[in-house]
Amino acid sequence: MAEMILGLPKEELFCSGHTSCSGCGPALAMRYALKAAGKNTVVVHATGCMEVVSSAYPLSAWKVPWIHGTFENAPAIASGIERAFKSKGKKVNILAIGGDGATFDIGLGALSGMIERGHKVCYICYDNEAYMNTGKQRSSASPLFANTTTTPFGKKIHGKLEPKKPLPFIVAAHGVKYVATASIANPQDFYNKVKKGLAIDGPSFIHVFAPCQFGWKFPTDKTIEITGQAIKSCVAPIYEIENGILKLNKVDNKIKIDNYLNMQGRYKHLNKEEVFQLQQFVDDRWKFLTELETKGKVFDVVQ
Amino acid sequence: MDTHIVERLAEYVDNGELNSELIYAESEHSMFSAAAGASAAGARSFTASSSQGLALGFEVLGMISGMRLPVVAAIANRALSSPINIWNDHSDTMSVKDMGWIQLYVESAQESFDTMVQAFKIAEETLIPVMVCLDGFTLSHVTEPLELENVSSFVGKYRGKYVLDPKKPLLMGPVATPDSYMEIKELQQKDMLDSKNVVKKIHNEYKKKYKRGYGDGLIETYNLKGKKKALILMGSAVGTARVVSDEEKDFGVIKLKCFRPFPEEELKKVCKDVKEIAVIDRSLSFGQDSAVYTEVKKCLPNKKISGFVAGLGGRDITRKTIKDAVNQIGKEGQIWLK
Repeated sequence: MAEMILGLPKEELFCSGHTSCSGCGPALAMRYALKAAGKNTVVVHATGCMEVVSSAYPLSAWKVPWIHGTFENAPAIASGIERAFKSKGKKVNILAIGGDGATFDIGLGALSGMIERGHKVCYICYDNEAYMNTGKQRSSASPLFANTTTTPFGKKIHGKLEPKKPLPFIVAAHGVKYVATASIANPQDFYNKVKKGLAIDGPSFIHVFAPCQFGWKFPTDKTIEITGQAIKSCVAPIYEIENGILKLNKVDNKIKIDNYLNMQGRYKHLNKEEVFQLQQFVDDRWKFLTELETKGKVFDVVQ
Repeated sequence: MDTHIVERLAEYVDNGELNSELIYAESEHSMFSAAAGASAAGARSFTASSSQGLALGFEVLGMISGMRLPVVAAIANRALSSPINIWNDHSDTMSVKDMGWIQLYVESAQESFDTMVQAFKIAEETLIPVMVCLDGFTLSHVTEPLELENVSSFVGKYRGKYVLDPKKPLLMGPVATPDSYMEIKELQQKDMLDSKNVVKKIHNEYKKKYKRGYGDGLIETYNLKGKKKALILMGSAVGTARVVSDEEKDFGVIKLKCFRPFPEEELKKVCKDVKEIAVIDRSLSFGQDSAVYTEVKKCLPNKKISGFVAGLGGRDITRKTIKDAVNQIGKEGQIWLK
């Protein structure tokens, strides 16, 4: 029996020695995901922070076979691997991993194709809400009013004008059996969801909220605290959509977003009106989710 | 225009005649990527594309060759947009000549079949992907009698050399810094240059077994013996050139079958006694002479060589086109034969 800590195996398959920044949220997501998947796994990685920090030739942080192609094609490479293994009768977990840029933006078509074709692949999107690897450029996962290098706080325009793309719902609308959101502040929850995703007979999708100290501008020891604030203030709702039914993680004593915003440099220049709008946006989404939860099956499942 | 190829393959798979998995990708970018994934997982992988699709897959072509995945692709040569034009020329594959794939251009449906079979063995021995370039419509959409062979024993069972396997973890497609990138590319270039020997070897094995061959597998000549004039070209127009050569009797034909790697020594050898050469390109290199003309000139600096652009966007290369090229040898600049 493997040695466990807090319900997670002690053994690391994403090893230390990689070159991520101190306080990196996505690096934690990699560790937990690999603990859940175990050794009998192939990882297919999109271009992005976690690919770059873990694979500089001739070193590797991965104790499982790993392949990286291009920015947008991890789901398509995973599709080919899955069919090849299937035809050879090999039972191997396939984790496709991409950041929010790779998943929300450039690789969305490839992800849609992989899901439509029903490949048994668990896709994990680690979301740090911008193209952090190339220097904090806006992605469609960047939140409303966020200061990125391509949506700076100017005299005329204050940060990003558009809200975050509701990607988990877009994936769920494909009719898949399992979609979940998770965060690095609750490793057991994330771990269980990856296990569940890998057990699905078909594609599954997990969106893991993983703050970036460099891009969000907060002290390196605050990564988990900020993630906790995002969950308690309902900025990052944690839920599962299983067989079309949404189940939301309860938040007792929901707090206002002020503290979450104040901890981050990327929201430093927000005025009162913008904070109000952002609070309104978060409250509306939360209300929408809580109502959706009471409606039973809200997505058709075709797979 | 690769459509007929995948439609027939789908029939073979759905009728249980071909034991294979077929992945219907949503784009050519994903299509090449899925072929790469299957190859990395240890499966023999094939795909087909053309024109805009090949252009869409451009990024993945370099990824596949850089990862040394032995993927084989049939490319039905067609013009590139804009303006949109669905007919044959070589713009698509010539624009990816530098992506690290072996490129073999064929003249007939029979040669397509024979070359396709060889392509798998070439790719698997060299760990370099191979594209078999066949003229769109002229070869992809016409009916031609074909001698089919049972090639299973020739191609053999596939065992990937480097495969994604949890029992033996490895890394494919890592980051290479300025410290290592050049060395990796240098190895790739060396293997690419050496691969022409494998192309020749596999061609000879095939020829021995099935009694059909195409020159040395790199270059094929026709009526060249004793001729002072030669016409160099690629693809299905070679057939027309053969007919004109028979009629006019004043020039020989050199078919460039392998364009990448470029068979420099072999071309020098067959052109030893040739004094004047016409080169027909079916594609453009905007701002410079077309690729075949440029590379032949580089290879044969002491010959009198004239370049011609013909057959773009499906314009037929007729007997007149061939005659016009041969008759204008000696003229300067690249001449348009419309």
